[in-house]
Amino acid sequence: MTYYTISHNNLLEFLKSIRAQGKKLIAPQQREQKIFFMETDDVSSIVFDYIQTSISPKDILFPRVEPLITYELTADALQVNDRAEQLPSISTVLFGARPCDAVALTMLEKFFAEEPGDPFVEKRAKQLTVISVSCSKADSYCFCTSVGVSPGDTRGSDILLTPCENNEYYVEVLTEKGNDLVQKSQNLFNKSEKKEKEKYLANVSSDIPAEEISKRLENAFNNPLWNEASLRCIGCGTCAYVCPLCSCFDIEDEGTQKCGTRLRCWDSCGFALFTMHTSGHNPRRTQSERWRQRVLHKFSYLPQRVQVFGCVGCGRCSRACPVDMNLKEQLQLIKEAL
Amino acid sequence: MNQLNQIAKELLTSQKVKLVIGYGEGTDGRVRPVFVRKSEDASQLIWDDRCRQNLAVYLNKTEIREIGFPIAIVSLPATVRSIVQLIAEHQFQVEDVIPIVQEGANVTTIENKERLEQYAAANPVVFPPFVVEEIENIRNKSVEERFEYWQEELSRCFKCYACRAACPLCYCERCITDVNTPQWVCVPPHAIGTFEWHMNRAMHLAGRCVECGSCTIACPVGIPIGLLTMEATRIAREELGYEPGIKCDVPAALATFRPDDKESFIL
Amino acid sequence: MSSGNVYKPYVMQIAKVIDEAPGVKTFRLQFTSERDREQFNFKAGQFGEYSVFGEGESTFCIASPPTRKGYIECTFRQTGRVTTALAQKEEGDVIGFRGPYGNIFPIEEWKGKNLLFIAGGIALPPMRCVIWNALDLRDWFKDITVIYGARSVADLVYKYELEEWYQRSDMKLVTTVDPGGETPDWKGRIGFVPTIVEQVSPSSLNTIAIVCGPPVMIKFTFPVLEKLGFQPTNIYTTLENRMKCGVGKCGRCNVGPVYVCKDGPVFTYEQLQRLPAEY
Repeated sequence: MTYYTISHNNLLEFLKSIRAQGKKLIAPQQREQKIFFMETDDVSSIVFDYIQTSISPKDILFPRVEPLITYELTADALQVNDRAEQLPSISTVLFGARPCDAVALTMLEKFFAEEPGDPFVEKRAKQLTVISVSCSKADSYCFCTSVGVSPGDTRGSDILLTPCENNEYYVEVLTEKGNDLVQKSQNLFNKSEKKEKEKYLANVSSDIPAEEISKRLENAFNNPLWNEASLRCIGCGTCAYVCPLCSCFDIEDEGTQKCGTRLRCWDSCGFALFTMHTSGHNPRRTQSERWRQRVLHKFSYLPQRVQVFGCVGCGRCSRACPVDMNLKEQLQLIKEAL
Repeated sequence: MNQLNQIAKELLTSQKVKLVIGYGEGTDGRVRPVFVRKSEDASQLIWDDRCRQNLAVYLNKTEIREIGFPIAIVSLPATVRSIVQLIAEHQFQVEDVIPIVQEGANVTTIENKERLEQYAAANPVVFPPFVVEEIENIRNKSVEERFEYWQEELSRCFKCYACRAACPLCYCERCITDVNTPQWVCVPPHAIGTFEWHMNRAMHLAGRCVECGSCTIACPVGIPIGLLTMEATRIAREELGYEPGIKCDVPAALATFRPDDKESFIL
Repeated sequence: MSSGNVYKPYVMQIAKVIDEAPGVKTFRLQFTSERDREQFNFKAGQFGEYSVFGEGESTFCIASPPTRKGYIECTFRQTGRVTTALAQKEEGDVIGFRGPYGNIFPIEEWKGKNLLFIAGGIALPPMRCVIWNALDLRDWFKDITVIYGARSVADLVYKYELEEWYQRSDMKLVTTVDPGGETPDWKGRIGFVPTIVEQVSPSSLNTIAIVCGPPVMIKFTFPVLEKLGFQPTNIYTTLENRMKCGVGKCGRCNVGPVYVCKDGPVFTYEQLQRLPAEY
């Protein structure tokens, strides 16, 4: 690991030079009162002063629409083309991810790499360099520290910037990818000693004992609390789609039987027909069962299976939810009910 | 609101209703839908300028219906219109729902068809200034510019269907997007996919949308999606003479043909 | 490390179409690529995603035993979009196949035991695979009994094989139809599968029971087996769930901490008892 400091202006120069190297630059931009990660050519449009973006950067690794294969029936045979092989090699730099997002991206990568590995996510992850910015502010929706993440977490980032005094950033270069990028613009960075960055980080109280809740959830399946808790849930896919970790998808064919594409697109366990069998039998017929699935999957089943929570506490689901379900509050309610 | 809490408490204590749907305090100054079943919880109900979402959407929810009609519901003008429209569409009867409304400085209930229709007609939806402005903006654009505008806005759409879920008039048990034989609307949220979905929705809501704006409020990526359905309803209003949500017995705008229909908007 | 595109199907040619029952067909499929045909192998219990390009994919078990090389078979009922498109295919047409997916029946662990196979209706296909697998390795096992029932005579699948199984002296086959489903010349039993199981089941001593059928049949068969002394760890079944990717990534078949496509579809009754009832 190497340490630097960089001024805000030099940071902008650094991002300009990344663009000049022909890399794709994805950074926070404002649209209609919300902040989104978007591809940009113009570093002056990058937004810095905000707490969290509306949607996560997961679509860099796991796009909302991804062609898997294309097929064509010719006179001789049916030709199937592998779209993974055809994935263009575009070196991409994500700037402005929060530490929770960076952690989520590595978790997503790991999940898709489980046997049999997903070639699309793997390829995209190889081409991606993540420059994260630590959180100096948090709001009441954030609860990263309750699920083992922190506002200055280094996991998943290639470079982590922590805003300090004098409009400067403390820079931690964590990986070879990060180092390669910094080396190309070395003159913009000042070497530094390792700094204590705690004092620059937001204070996110860890008052949700996620471990404890997780244990109690093992016996919570038949508890009536799910009915009350989910009454206002309207069953849209917002929480799943803005979440940096949710990765459920649908596979659809488009085209004719002679020529077309098989692609995947985002899906959500919150939708009524997610588990519906063609026979009409639906194992999760009511919204309360689907809400229960969401919470149990993230806080009970995943920990049982791979010893991690399916949540990094970024708070996006709660901010975006049209009916204020507020996951953090729900966890507190669960703790009290069990 | 004292009057509101009082009314709700009465309704529950007298067991006239088993449930009052209203607004309550949410996270950080937000409001959220609340479902009050015990009279002592009636104090949870609030009503101020922050309360903009249309709660009528819950009247179609299975788990809510299982609690049992009649249900009392804190109603904005748009909510009342949704209720009337839902009655016109046979989703429930007049006696199944008791809207709690504001009339001047008073809060009161509506418990018969006449008053319901009266209230709906006398209290049109008032658009906030920024909506009026945005509509003007778009109206002033050429067709090409409008298409560009919607291409830009819908590029953010990822088909979370929050707009559909928040809309009281999107109550189909199996939405057209969930039918695969035939695949009327393609599933993925690519450019064509999002256009297909929103065009479809606007057409299905023409003459039915009561312009409550809940879909726009719900959209997590800030698309002013309500403008499309509102425009479809405006066309139905001006060209076909349909005003949704003011009469409990009225045939569906797009399922009815009258020889004197203007049709001037059909190319 | 991914070893290729897991979503890319093999292109299979339909070598044979058999009409099993009203709405039910069997396809015998051959790999169009010589290399695929040689490299492919699977074990009993596994399934695949069969597709009509342009319509979509559908999940069926591999109904032929792994001991028969060079082809695979699947049996399906015409129910929705994909199965309707499949039902219109003819010999010589091509479809897609991804697999083999899922876990397997641990037949090695059953060596030296009696086997009791119980199947209902369209659920005979997954059983057929493991039954033939067992018959092809006959001397591994002691007694083999198959109890198979359907709603009516017409609904019985693999009728030609049932004939063959009746004739075999190294297994016992009992067939039944629901009351009212018999024809005048029906020689098998009449009664619901769980009832017949109770009547003709062999002893549970040293016996493995493998059950597959519609949810209602399974619901009533498990208690019968327990009553007869079968331990939940010796009762196997194979679950059906809505699936898309088949490889534990799309989330649809997630039940409790398992993915039915990856940690199943073969489960013991004991494992099922520990899962939430969401299948």
